[in-house]
Amino acid sequence: MIKTLLCKVMNLPTFYERKQIVTPGDLLAENDYVAGDNTYKENGKIYATRVGLVDYDNREVFVVALKAFYVPFIGDVVIGKVTEVSLGVWLLDIKAPYPAVLRASDAFNRPFKPQRDEMPSIFDVGDLVIAKIVAYDRTRDPLLTVSDLGLGKIKRGQIVEITPTKIPRVIGRQGSMITMLKQETGCQITVGQNGVILVSGKSPEDEQLAVMAIRKIGEEAHTSGLTDRITEMIKNEKRDVEHA
Amino acid sequence: MPKKKTKKLIDKNGVRIDGRELNKLRPIKLEVGILDNADGSAYIEQGKNKILVGVYGPKEVHPKHLAISDRALLRCRYHMAPFSVQERKSPAPSRRERELSKVIKEALQPAIFVKYYPRTSIELFIEVLQADGGTRCASLTAASLALADAGIPMRDLVAACAAGKVEGHLALDLNDTEDKEGEADLPVAWIPTLNAVTLLQMDGKVTLEEFEQLVNMAIEGCKQIYPLQKEALKAKYIAVKEEVKE
Repeated sequence: MIKTLLCKVMNLPTFYERKQIVTPGDLLAENDYVAGDNTYKENGKIYATRVGLVDYDNREVFVVALKAFYVPFIGDVVIGKVTEVSLGVWLLDIKAPYPAVLRASDAFNRPFKPQRDEMPSIFDVGDLVIAKIVAYDRTRDPLLTVSDLGLGKIKRGQIVEITPTKIPRVIGRQGSMITMLKQETGCQITVGQNGVILVSGKSPEDEQLAVMAIRKIGEEAHTSGLTDRITEMIKNEKRDVEHA
Repeated sequence: MPKKKTKKLIDKNGVRIDGRELNKLRPIKLEVGILDNADGSAYIEQGKNKILVGVYGPKEVHPKHLAISDRALLRCRYHMAPFSVQERKSPAPSRRERELSKVIKEALQPAIFVKYYPRTSIELFIEVLQADGGTRCASLTAASLALADAGIPMRDLVAACAAGKVEGHLALDLNDTEDKEGEADLPVAWIPTLNAVTLLQMDGKVTLEEFEQLVNMAIEGCKQIYPLQKEALKAKYIAVKEEVKE
């Protein structure tokens, strides 16, 4: 029963092969398909809304965007920069359309008392902070927390920024890419879902190597055989360093 | 001594002063993502027009009271560089620039999913580096590419093209001389999947039949521009793909 249904679905018209580049307004599929990410349906026709790679999953048609900005999502770990310290809250730039709010009571772990607590001594303007989104909807700005393991101020390391839609490629299937990166470069890597990545290693050279690799992933995310190419690149770079 | 009109704009074979036929566009060059600091950008050369477009956003609205609670605010500035025309243009925004900013914004708005990002602003900056007639259309063509490059979700790209009447002939995509000395100019912006016209202006005089012909002619022009836009958007990524294959 399911099989016949699937066959029926397969026979419905689609206008692009999987992983083909599409642009806004391209007609992707008709009739019974469901409009997934970066698509919209009008009069039974599904169109792309962003530049990206089209893909089909069962009845769902979606586009993996090649460039997009970060949209907050509850539970995401992000890396943000403190832009404002005001009474009781910090405002952070998390590369999203909205500024993120971090409450002082959350960082102090008790009610905030203005006469006693010095907010800049915890986070000051310009500080980079790893935080998690705890609340967000279209009427309110995203709310952050730092009271969890691995969250808080960044003290050392280097920052790389890539388009947030490419974060899944940095992590890889079941974390294959990130595990490989960590192993080969010996760096600790913290991935913010907003496209900001922290790399901290034993030496600046190690960090530089990891940064280079991540940048390459960002540029070539839409091509196949990426993990192998990155592994090869890191090995070549390492060999060059040893010879030098 | 009054200047004598020496050259006819269209010769007896229907060839225009720049050597084009009546129904031909000027050569168009489009590039996407050429500015590093803007969220999205595009550059267009259409004949002698050279226009650069940069996009920021969606981001917080400043001043805050301008924010709209159920959709994004689209802001647009069309600006001509002082050196864009033969006689130095004052860099202060003129009446014409304000008008063009407004009509360009309104022509793009239906193509953008502004409801997705309430309380934000999308800012569009159009700089005309060199003008040679039909800059509002060229600006629109480039602006929709810059928006797509910024990753802003859109129903479709917007293509724009003008048509006009020169010495009694209907012609596509007028250049500066034809626009100034001809009888009429009619710019049109068109959204292909919606089959909607989002900008239609006209100056000069035409008959009702000619008007209809001109609108159709301009839409035909848009149909020629649209594939070029798609190609330009893809070109940026296809280049990387091919580099990798080698």
